[in-house]
This record gives sequence, structure tokens and C-alpha cells, in this order.
Amino acid sequence: MKTQLNRRSFLKVSAAAGGGVLLSFEAPELLAQGRGGAPAPPPQVSAFITVAPNNIVTIVSKNPEVGQGVRNMLPMMIADELDVDWKNVRLEQADFDDTKYVGQSAGGSTATPNNWNPMRQVGAAGRAMFVSAAAKSWNVPASELTTSSGKVLHASSNKSITYGELAPKLVGMPTPDFSTLKLKDPSEYKIIGTSHQAYDLHQIVLGKPIFGIDVTTPGMLYAVFEKCGVFGGKVVSSNIEDIKKMPGIKQAFVIERPPVTDPVIPRDPGLENGIAILGETWWHAQSARKKLVVKWEEGPRATDSSTAHAAKAAEMIAGTPQRSLRNDGDAEGALKSAAKVVEATYSYPHIAHAPLEPQNCTAIFKDGKVELWTNSQTPGGGRQLVADTLGITTKDVKVHMVRGGGGFGRRLTNDYMVEAAYIAKQAGVPVKLLWSREDDMTHDYYRPGGWQHLQAGVDANGKIVAWKNHFVSFGVGDTFAQSAAMGPTEFPQRFVPNYSLQASVQPLGIRTGALRAPSSNAFAFVIQSFIDELAHAAGKDPVAFRLELLDSAIPQPAPPAGGGGRGGFAPPGLNPDRMKSVVKLVAERSGWGKTTLPKGSALGIGFHFSHQGYFAEVAQVKVDAANKVRIEKVWVVGDVGSQIINPSGAENLSQGAVVDGISEMFSQEITVEKGRVVQTNYDKHGMVRLAQTPPEIDIHYLKSTFSPTGIGEPALPPILPAVANAIFSATGKRVRSLPFSKSGFTLA
Amino acid sequence: MAFKLNVNGQTRTVDVPGDMPLLWVLRDVLDLKGTKYGCGVGQCAACTVHLNGKAIYACLTPVSSVGTQAVTTLEGLSADGTHPVQIAWQDIDVPQCGYCQAGQMMSAAALLAKTPKPTDKDIDAAMNRNLCRCGTYVRIRKAVHKAAELTTSASARTVQTASKE
Repeated sequence: MKTQLNRRSFLKVSAAAGGGVLLSFEAPELLAQGRGGAPAPPPQVSAFITVAPNNIVTIVSKNPEVGQGVRNMLPMMIADELDVDWKNVRLEQADFDDTKYVGQSAGGSTATPNNWNPMRQVGAAGRAMFVSAAAKSWNVPASELTTSSGKVLHASSNKSITYGELAPKLVGMPTPDFSTLKLKDPSEYKIIGTSHQAYDLHQIVLGKPIFGIDVTTPGMLYAVFEKCGVFGGKVVSSNIEDIKKMPGIKQAFVIERPPVTDPVIPRDPGLENGIAILGETWWHAQSARKKLVVKWEEGPRATDSSTAHAAKAAEMIAGTPQRSLRNDGDAEGALKSAAKVVEATYSYPHIAHAPLEPQNCTAIFKDGKVELWTNSQTPGGGRQLVADTLGITTKDVKVHMVRGGGGFGRRLTNDYMVEAAYIAKQAGVPVKLLWSREDDMTHDYYRPGGWQHLQAGVDANGKIVAWKNHFVSFGVGDTFAQSAAMGPTEFPQRFVPNYSLQASVQPLGIRTGALRAPSSNAFAFVIQSFIDELAHAAGKDPVAFRLELLDSAIPQPAPPAGGGGRGGFAPPGLNPDRMKSVVKLVAERSGWGKTTLPKGSALGIGFHFSHQGYFAEVAQVKVDAANKVRIEKVWVVGDVGSQIINPSGAENLSQGAVVDGISEMFSQEITVEKGRVVQTNYDKHGMVRLAQTPPEIDIHYLKSTFSPTGIGEPALPPILPAVANAIFSATGKRVRSLPFSKSGFTLA
Repeated sequence: MAFKLNVNGQTRTVDVPGDMPLLWVLRDVLDLKGTKYGCGVGQCAACTVHLNGKAIYACLTPVSSVGTQAVTTLEGLSADGTHPVQIAWQDIDVPQCGYCQAGQMMSAAALLAKTPKPTDKDIDAAMNRNLCRCGTYVRIRKAVHKAAELTTSASARTVQTASKE
């Protein structure tokens, strides 16, 4: 990607010269989105569609693309309601621009639920305007007109006209009131619900420079940034003068920042201390860096140790919880009178995001303004952080959104973006900052590890009567570390009459944050494994036991808004009927209870509700005498509402979620010693490879009557307990600690 | 130091340190961005290119060791996306983020050149070095089989045409 070619300006100029028109829509609903229910601001203009005289339609993709398929998906919603042919649609990636667009972020599986109405309305408004222009031009009532393939048709006179021909007549036309628009019946969809290949696919197979790492700009230098392995460490002294003399090195300088003193490290703490080295090529800069000798003042976090954390957690579990998060009924009393009591401690480690494209950002600082090319999942947050750190206003920060090689939540924080901006300002030349894999692995915002001590009782009928969890996590006082909280409505709250959730925390010196399906990616393993233990204690089939549990919902007042502690993505309550439907269907599709498998093979099930999505998954595993696990087949059933927008992408995402979950389960663990992360590359923090992938991952979406919601995250959590429960069924061994490799179970 | 390289059928002269890995010569000196950096230690294979037809890690190959061997990158498979692997990858809609796919396609192309009709076992062995963080392996496997079909049917067509003439 060359920055000299400004595609946006090019399109605008050519469109105007060729007689095309840029349609602008007032979209008050769009602007009201995501503003916490505040009154909608005065209507502003949002531009999404350009129609050229030859009827080629250019639609703006407004959100960041990191592999979730949103670049296609949102324009598909617009194009279908606009009633144009997808083959005549060209997509254009928006820059970050909050005067035109709302919700330009990628997180929490929110793109579908937040945009389903507004994007279709934008398309329908466009269609209504073309119909209105044709009606006026032919002097016939709009009600006699229809549209098809980018044309307005009048059946009785056999007239037709293309949108491209009509476009000039739309200039100055008022935008229709969105509430008056009639949206298509799903039976009329031509684009929504049909598989469409990723728009960038051709560019990808040609190896075109479309990723953040590929951006170049004239005169730029390549930068590396050496930080202390201990978060917040400061440079005391270094051999920087020698480094400056090395071949291909143009500049090197120390960046000093005030220390982060918050007891709990904030969400995106920003620019750290370190040494920037700028070279002719990245290799020059990185080679020089290897000769760098730095004396660090490591600060108070240098004593952090995973071994000590585990010891402290064991002490906490044996002791009295620090605080209570919820008490329904009398869990203590019900445990005493239960027919059977099961008690177990589960644990899960910190893990890293490690998207395959390492963190990078390209920046030009000139005349008090900065221009950035980034694959941030929160470009708006990044813009603010850059402005605050550089002491300029957000008006003077221009953000281009570039395709990202994976996100998984890592690019929700913008440390690499503010580093690039600051280094470019200090250096006075355009800069491309690129992290090494080691930088990425040791300076992540890790999924926080934790421990859960569970006690539950079943009565003589095999019904759960008490559930007690001592949740041991990281934080200080009443504040959990980022993404390290458990909400007071965590399942099976509301399904068990006596439910108690207590918590204890200890401080943590490394940064933590949201990883794909935050908290759910660990909690589903714990809760759905423990439910399996209870099913076996009750002598019941794991599927039947779950269905009975879902039948035991206790009517309650609605949970408080914003509760749930899922990194800001609090879902509304679980609808038991929707979950029962996916559990029943996945049991049916997998032949649960109907197939006899050979010795050493077994099925296991798990379900989980997160990010408004209902998923149940069954895994068939085969375990040999050496505890080598072959996952032979996986069945996934998901209910994410009435419509799958792009079936090909939706299948791909859920298959990937299963593979991702298996990686987390078997191969991933981040540990800390002396305040530093021990694992530095994929050899120590691995992922599933092709030969280990289940040969078949069957994905089925159960269409319900609810408005569509997202897929990226909720498909992941159930695979971990499904596999764990299958391993138990196959071997009788219950593993309660991730990763399974530590208990001797490895992937075949 | 000057090196004369044969990249995608063209002679390219570069003036770089001899220990500079081929990956960075391709990306930062020759501006061929198709080949990707993922780990730098031969764990992810995102940097896979062909050296005389053999799939290698460009991140671990010093430019001084390349000599006159033919270097082929994704850009060199075909300029218009008509190599069977490129066609299959599009037909199956393999990628999610797409970042690892250059390496995946180069491993697949090297496999098919040697083994035109690979079994699942052959695919496991040849493609196991390449990580996909998005987990598109089910489709990768399907696409390799599809590319094999395209390759054999294309050569069958060539044979037919030749016999007619």
C-alpha cells in the first residue's frame, strides 16, 4: 500500500467529473448508537454510497477489518436494501471519522446487532430516493414503481431507468424519514443470507500490500522500540551512543514517561519508557537493537511471580473470601442438607492474543498534525490516546484504518499506535514502527488467569439445590484487574435457588485485557465442566441434566443495566428456551445417546451464552493409552437470531473459534517470573496445527425469531468444556486445570 | 554488500548486509510485501517462499546463502491469480484475516509440484509448519484438494489438446 495514492480523493474527483453523485444521508438513529442512551445529537451527515453513471455502486465499509468479515457484511446490508447487484458493488474502507460514522470499532461481537437496522435503513433510504426521483421524472405515483438490480421500473408503461442515470436528480433531495421506510421481508433478500467471498480475497491471493505491516510512505524509517520486560521499568543507562554508530542506523533516543502508579493497571495505559532505534530497514534497526545494553530501574512490579500467585491463591481458597458478590437463598444451609455434595478447584492461566501480524503502525508528524495508518480495533480510542500523549487535539490526528492480520482483542488497546506517533514526532521523519514477535508475546494485555473453588449440592432427585463459588482473581480492593471480573449474574445464577458468589483478589504487575470472548473463554470451561461433574454425581445423562437445569429458571427482576463484568460487553439475561433449543439440536446432530463408540472414544457437551449468542457444542474425542487426544469431530449449533448475513464467513468464523478454543485448552500458558513474561514466541505458546485440527467441524445455525447478533466470540467458549467432558467420558479422568498439556494430555 | 538474486524470474541486485534474511530483502528492499513476517524463528511459516521449488523459511535464510537459486514468492505464482492454488483459495473462500495465507499457499504449491494428488496424510505433513491464528485449517485442507483437482484436470486438458493436434 502506497500512501501517495489517496483512493478516497480519487473516487470523489472522478465521480464528480463523470457526473456521478455522492449520496449523503442524515442518520439520526445511527448517531444515537453507542452513546449510552444519551439524547441523539443534532443530525449529521453520514456518507455511505456513491453511484456512478455506469451504475457501479461504491459502498463505504466503516468498521475495522481484522478477519471477522465485517468489511463485506455491513455493505451487504446496505446493498440488499438499496436493491443493487453485488457484482456491481465496490467497497471502500472508511478512515476513522466520527463526524460521519458511529461505532467504528471491532469488539464484543457488536457489529451485527448495532448495525443491522441502521445499515439496512441507509440502503432503504437510498432506494426510496431513487424511486422518488423516478416518480417525479415520469410523473407517476411512487407506489406504481418497483426496483431491481439498481434500476427503477414502471411495469404498466414498461419504463426502466438505472440508479446511475437518476443519480444527478438526487442532489439536494431531502433524506426520507427513517421511520417511514419499509424494509424488505427476509424472503426478498438477494444478498443478505447468501455467501459472498471476502472482498479482499483476490488481493490476498495475489500478495498485494493490504495489511498494516505493508504500508510504506516516502522517506520513512523503520523503528523498533525496546521496553523493559517489567511493565513500567525505566532506562537508567545504556550504550545508545554505540548503537547510533551501527550500520544503517539513522537515529536512536530514549523516551521517558511518568510512571503508572495506579494500583490496578488501567485499560490502555499508553506510552511506556524505552529506547527507540530507527534504521534504513527493519532488519537494520532490529539487528542494532540486539546489541543494545540497557540498565533498567525495574520498579515495584519486578517481584511478580506466577509461582507466588498460585501459592497465594491456594491460601485464599483455604481462607475466608474477601468479599461477597452475590447471595441468593442460603447456599451454606442447602449444601448441608443436599443428598450429594461435589467440591472442586478449577484454574486457568494467563494467555496471550498473539495475532499473526505483529503490532505495527505507520506515522507522519508534520506541522503539529499526525497522520496514522493502523489496524487498531478501536481507532477512536487510539486517536484520543495519541492526541492526549502528543498534546494536540483529536482534530489534528488523522487515522487511516488498514486491514489487520488478526485481532482477537489485542488491537483494542493502542500502545503501538501511540509509540509510532510519538517516535515520528520526536524523529521528525515518517516512521513505521514494527514489533517483533517477542515484543508482542512479552508486552501483551493478557487474558488474566484465575482460580474458582466450587461447591455444589444435588438433592435426592438429582436437582442442583446449591452452588457456591469462591472466585480468586487479580486486582486490588474492590477493583478487579482488566477483564478479570466475574459478574453477579454468572450462570447458573437464576437457575439454582441457593447461589453464592464470593471473591478474593491479589495484585498483578502485568497488563491484562479482553481476549476473544473475554471471561467466557475461561468461565465456560469451569462452569460447564463442573456441571458435568454434578450430572455424573446425580447419575444423570449430561444433556438431560443440562436441559433440566435450564428448565429451573427462577423468575427474577431484570438484572441491573451494565452489570455482568464482561469487559463492558454485559449481555442481557440468558433466555433458557433459546439455549435449550441449541442443546437439543446439537445432541440430535451428534447422535448423542444413540451412537456406540469404540473404547477410548467418547462424546462431551458444553454450552455457553455470551455476547448475546447461544452456542452448544459436542466434541468426539479418542484418547490413547499415552493420553494423546485426537478430536475426531465437533458439532456446533448456534442461535444468533433470525438471519445469518454471510453464511460462508459465518461458517469460517465458528470453525476458527473451535480451533482457537482447542489451542487455548492444550497449548497456551503465560507465566511471569521476576515481573517478566517467560514465554517469548510461538514455540512456548503454541497453537493448533493443521494435522491436529478435527477433520470435521460441523457448523449449524438455528434460526430464531430474534434480531441478528454476532458470532466472532460466542462460538468459542463451549468447545473447551465439550472436549474436557469428552475426555472424562473416555478416560474417567477429570482435568480441572488449563492447559491440559500440564496434566499430560496432548493433542495427537 | 551487493547480491544478484533471481526473484520471480527476474534478476534483482541488492546492496544489503549478508546476514540479512531473505524475508527482509524481499519486503523492505525489493518491495514484495506478499511474504509475511510472523515469528522470525521458523515457528509459523508465514514467510514461506520457494528456493528452487522447495518451500523454505525466508526469515531464517540469510541473503548470502541464496546465490543463483530461483526465489519464488506469492507474487511469482501468477500475477493474475490463475495458479491452481490461487484459484482454489478463492473458490473455497479460505481466509479470515488472510495474513498467514501467503505462506499457506506457497507450502501448498510446493507440495502439489511434487505430489500432484496428495492424500490427507501428505497434506498434514506438508502443511503442518504453517500456523493459522484464525483457524482456517478445515478450508485449507479442502483448498489443497481442490487445487490438486484443478492441476490434474488442467494437465488432462493439455494432454487432450496436444493429442488432437
